[in-house]
Amino acid sequence: MNLLDSTPANNSLLNSAMGSERTQYPYVTGTSVIGIKYKDGILMVADMGGSYGSTLRYKSVERLKSIGKHSLLGASGEISDFQEILRYLDELILYDNMWDDGNSLGPKEVHSYLTRVMYNRRNKFNPLWNSLVLGGVKNGQKYLGMVSMIGVHFEDNHVATGFGNHLARPILRDEWNENLSYEDGVKLLEKCMRVLLYRDRSAVNKLQVWFFSLYVSLGLSSGYFASPSQSSSSKWTHE
Amino acid sequence: MDMGLDLNAPHSMGTTIIGVTYNGGVVLGADSRTSTGMYVANRASDKITQLTDNVYMCRSGSAADSQIVSDYVRYFLHQHTIQLGQPATVKVAANLARLLSYSNKDMLQTGLIIGGWDKYEGGKIYGIPLGGTLLEQPFTIGGSGSSYLYGFFDQAWKEGMTKDEAEQLVIKAVSLAIARDGASGGVVRTVIINSEGVTRNFYPGDTLPIWHEELEPRNSLLDILSTSSPEPMST
Repeated sequence: MNLLDSTPANNSLLNSAMGSERTQYPYVTGTSVIGIKYKDGILMVADMGGSYGSTLRYKSVERLKSIGKHSLLGASGEISDFQEILRYLDELILYDNMWDDGNSLGPKEVHSYLTRVMYNRRNKFNPLWNSLVLGGVKNGQKYLGMVSMIGVHFEDNHVATGFGNHLARPILRDEWNENLSYEDGVKLLEKCMRVLLYRDRSAVNKLQVWFFSLYVSLGLSSGYFASPSQSSSSKWTHE
Repeated sequence: MDMGLDLNAPHSMGTTIIGVTYNGGVVLGADSRTSTGMYVANRASDKITQLTDNVYMCRSGSAADSQIVSDYVRYFLHQHTIQLGQPATVKVAANLARLLSYSNKDMLQTGLIIGGWDKYEGGKIYGIPLGGTLLEQPFTIGGSGSSYLYGFFDQAWKEGMTKDEAEQLVIKAVSLAIARDGASGGVVRTVIINSEGVTRNFYPGDTLPIWHEELEPRNSLLDILSTSSPEPMST
């Protein structure tokens, strides 16, 4: 399917040579996460589904979480590993707060930390089976990046995981621009999520949409807004 | 494209387990069949295990794995209760179970449902499927028999049920799963946990509803056969 995301078929290849090493396979998984930069900050969307193999087992899983004061983390892949990553980040933010020095970890730093965690686990043949999208705003600077389960990481104006790579990114490449308003950004993400709902078997019609923005009027401040789960409408007739 | 995932798709295990919250507490339910391959090793097992006075756990999957996990959780919870000086919360019990499930995800094959009542959060249900994900839910189902119940619960579940409505729902659901899942069977056991305490109930087959293509149980075939012995066959 694609290199970045879960391909349990890899198990046998990696395990046969190494006796005691382990590569797991995912059980409860989340599907695509999409993130874009827009005029005033970052927009991220993910559905609230947790699939168990081919069963759409859980429909209220939050796959977008805020990290510290400046960042948002979205994850696809194994949910138990995502929960573990949230615990690591809790500890990271706690220690950062304990310095009590007025500074706080921004999205770039959190992204770097996550990259190290994911890559080091990959080196031990025991990956955290997730693709992560990390976005945020600090000191007026927008940041959006991605880390895969093997430690591949990069920044971009728009990122997606899983099926989103194949279905959403072409749409984003075509229609994204630097000056997207909040409304246009949400409409663009809605368009991507609708396509994913049509074509991704593990998609669920219940979304979490977060934005992280900066207001460049009297100085800089940022906040995040989590909309209650929404569902999108879809079109089935030919017209 | 999802071929890889389907090949390794979690094979759910021989059992039906259910946990449901209601207005005031929780109801846990399970069947009673333990199978080794095609043979029923125990037809009257108790899959709802006590962790503390106010927290119980439904076990599915490997009997050995689920038993050892529940033993460890009970052990740690006991010590925790002594240190804390008051009953452990359901959340703590669930997190302990999650810790064990997650750290040993390579070796364990067990899906768990933790349910209980504590004075801080009231009745709570936590599901811990394969892999060690922890999810707090208003109700949850597990085990191989649960496959047959997703549609049923989508339709029949509602918020704010009474204790009796919740228990009836659980009994109906387990008995529906038993009807269709070969790996589930025997009797339906329920455990109700609320502020007043714990109630264990037991529903043998003859108390359960009859479903499609099933027949009323009878004491003997002789009840339905004609009273006189049949004519001998002529050649």
